[in-house]
Amino acid sequence: MNIIVCVKQVLDPEIPAAKFKIDAKAKCVIPPEGIPPVINPYDAQAVELALRLKEQHGGKITVLTLSDDGGDKVVKHALSMGADEGIVLSDEAFGGSDSFATAYILARAIQKIGDYDLILCGRQAADWDEGLVGSLLAHFLDLPLVTLAKAIEVEDGKLVVTRVILNGYQQFGVPLPAVVTVSNEVGQARLPSGWGIIFAARKQIPVWTAADIEADLSRVGPGAARRELQQLFIPSRERGCKLISGESTAEAAAKLATELREAGAI
Amino acid sequence: MAEHEGILLGGEVIEGGITTLTRELLAVGRGLGNELGGPVSILFLGEGISEVAQEAILLGADRSYVVGGPPWERLHPDYYAEVLAAVSWQIRPRLILLGQSDLGRDAAPRLAARLQTVVTLDCTEVKVDSETGRILQTRSVYGGKAMAVWISKHEPQVITLRARAVKPAEPDTSRRGEVVPLDIRVDESKVKGTLLQTVREPVKGVALEEAKVVVAGGGGIGGSEGFRMLEKLAQLLGGAVGATRVPCDEGWVSSSLEIGQTGHVVSPDLYIAVGISGAPQHVVGCSNSKWIVAINRDPEAPIFRVADFGVVGDYREAIPALLEKLKELLSA
Repeated sequence: MNIIVCVKQVLDPEIPAAKFKIDAKAKCVIPPEGIPPVINPYDAQAVELALRLKEQHGGKITVLTLSDDGGDKVVKHALSMGADEGIVLSDEAFGGSDSFATAYILARAIQKIGDYDLILCGRQAADWDEGLVGSLLAHFLDLPLVTLAKAIEVEDGKLVVTRVILNGYQQFGVPLPAVVTVSNEVGQARLPSGWGIIFAARKQIPVWTAADIEADLSRVGPGAARRELQQLFIPSRERGCKLISGESTAEAAAKLATELREAGAI
Repeated sequence: MAEHEGILLGGEVIEGGITTLTRELLAVGRGLGNELGGPVSILFLGEGISEVAQEAILLGADRSYVVGGPPWERLHPDYYAEVLAAVSWQIRPRLILLGQSDLGRDAAPRLAARLQTVVTLDCTEVKVDSETGRILQTRSVYGGKAMAVWISKHEPQVITLRARAVKPAEPDTSRRGEVVPLDIRVDESKVKGTLLQTVREPVKGVALEEAKVVVAGGGGIGGSEGFRMLEKLAQLLGGAVGATRVPCDEGWVSSSLEIGQTGHVVSPDLYIAVGISGAPQHVVGCSNSKWIVAINRDPEAPIFRVADFGVVGDYREAIPALLEKLKELLSA
């Protein structure tokens, strides 16, 4: 089974809130110094699921990313986890693309790759948290879509995909090829292996431009954006916390009960 | 081309009743309708739902559309998107507002793609810009570290509303409106794949979304044993137990208890965060709670900044003492 995994480079989501700064005027995030960007953790989990499927059913994993710079780093991360091939999509015209344009660009590249059975994406990117590209990609490719997968079984050339819902799960049967977005319930993505790191370092990663994938330039970039970002701000969720102390933790906790009663919280 | 006018809401019925999130949609939809003008319509899909459609009118809708079809546990998101698209072509709303539910979040991008329009998922606020008359869509980004406000350049615009972002609509028996049955034929070739089954895990006690009190544990709980203590506290207060992502990933509790960006969104009267550091990804799931209490060993834990009351210390000492005192107060 040949799998394409779409991955994105994001600001490290684990950075402490204190290091997270935005430029309110330019409506963008200021990347903190000395903290390198990472592969979107949800996408790393999509790579993980692809690797498990490959271990069971064979085939090839190709990793695809859209990036104006440094895209090969996230591709190399996926290669060091065990993916086989990587492609970076990069073109000046792609900058400022929204989710629709991004999905369109990925769809053009996937059509150029041609030989695939399954396309996996992370459930959302840990920067804008939109969770749209995977779904829109399925639409542009006219393929079946299952979102928020926590498991994929292959039965008679078809997929049975388990989708996470809030209080349980759903199972979808889909023919191949299909697009599946992967949820965090698949579990931790594996770390790169030593051999994988060497393989990734040596691997040549082709860069495809808009011309290479015959992208319609009127459908990409800021001009094609269907939305406008009006404002970006850091919310204040702070409440004046009343710290309750006592001779012991137990005493403080008992006082807390009284405080809650007096405040009308219980 | 005719102007887009009015609002279409995606109503959901589970086990015969209007969901709380649908009542929240009705509250937002009614408010937007009053400002924007045009009818506020709601669509229900299923069988035997005419009473529900009537109830939605009392809750704020001008018109309830009823379309025959499978109940939500057998409803394929493509099928739902096809129905919504067909109704949208017919009534041409400015805005289609769905809940960020299991179904809504899945169907909304499919719908926007079909309508060749635009979508913003998981909004915590949808309001009209008083100067420009445009619809402002606010949502959390960067794992809750920032908020973004978007404006759509296309209509109809598709938006989903996060659960517990607003107060649900209350019925007003003086309200009048019409229930309109629609006959929508779905092209089955547009439904790709099959929904084989929906399995709902039985909820122990109160559902998280409905609970007045939520006792949540984080990585600091250290294992499944500690959650027994939290259960006792929740039981005493008639509440529910939740968790951050770590206890779910570690298997200490079922992942269906997760609260936060990738789990439940709750807004109880009282939220007791135990052994929770307070990462933004978690806080976005509980920040609308009326009262927040934090119990954590680390005085520097960010959770204290978003809490009303805090105790710095080991939960193993704090919870039994809290239980004891609460019992005394509640029986007095």
